[in-house]
Amino acid sequence: MEITLNNTREIIQEDNITIAELIRIKNFTFRLLVTKVNGQLVRKEDRDKVHIKEGDDVMVLHLISGG
Amino acid sequence: MTTNDQHIRNKLKDRVVGIAGCGGLGSNCAVAIARVGVGRLIIADYDKLDATNLNRQYFFADQVGKSKVIALKENINRIDSCIEVETHEIRLNEENIPEIFKDCDVIVEAFDLAEMKQMIVETVLEKMPDHYLICGSGLAGWGENDTIGMSVSGKLYIIGDGSNEISDEYPPLAPRVGIVANMQANQVLEILLGKM
Repeated sequence: MEITLNNTREIIQEDNITIAELIRIKNFTFRLLVTKVNGQLVRKEDRDKVHIKEGDDVMVLHLISGG
Repeated sequence: MTTNDQHIRNKLKDRVVGIAGCGGLGSNCAVAIARVGVGRLIIADYDKLDATNLNRQYFFADQVGKSKVIALKENINRIDSCIEVETHEIRLNEENIPEIFKDCDVIVEAFDLAEMKQMIVETVLEKMPDHYLICGSGLAGWGENDTIGMSVSGKLYIIGDGSNEISDEYPPLAPRVGIVANMQANQVLEILLGKM
């Protein structure tokens, strides 16, 4: 399926995957992430429940200590 | 002072900016915002100034031991006594953030820990979706100017190198912390004044 991931169009081989699975497939390894689908926040505890479908706009943002 | 500078100050004098955390990012960002004339700042931090903070934070040696919000208010009002600085000496959490920052046009995230950064992003996106939030993420060490950038998602902006976590080897130091803090301040201005 084709989605927009972090403002870039991308083809994902797998269909019907959750955000948690997308994070594993894309190998996003940062400890603390914020995820959004079509502009809506998806909390960490919901990432294995929310599915991504064709055309979705997905943001996976990582946050790093230091300030 | 040029005419346009006065025009900019007039535009900014009724605007309100929140600063969540008054360490390296928060103190430097607040000072930059104050210098250009934002009329009201709401600043929050639970911490007291330690001598080790002086390598990057906008405080002075004679303020060590003071509450950071009180010390930062003093410093801002030494620059411009007309700026209203509302201080909250408190540990911010999901419950108090919406109340403390409700009047703000823009909120600046300036925490140290990634867990706290995640908490304020989720809180603002969920409970205050109309507010702009500008985060710092990735500023440890030195050099690598060309790695510092910004990503945008709706009203959420994340500024930093996106990779360098603080560590004993790569501490946060004044130049890179100041760059990210000033880029946060610069984004606040773009939101308040519009694009150039």
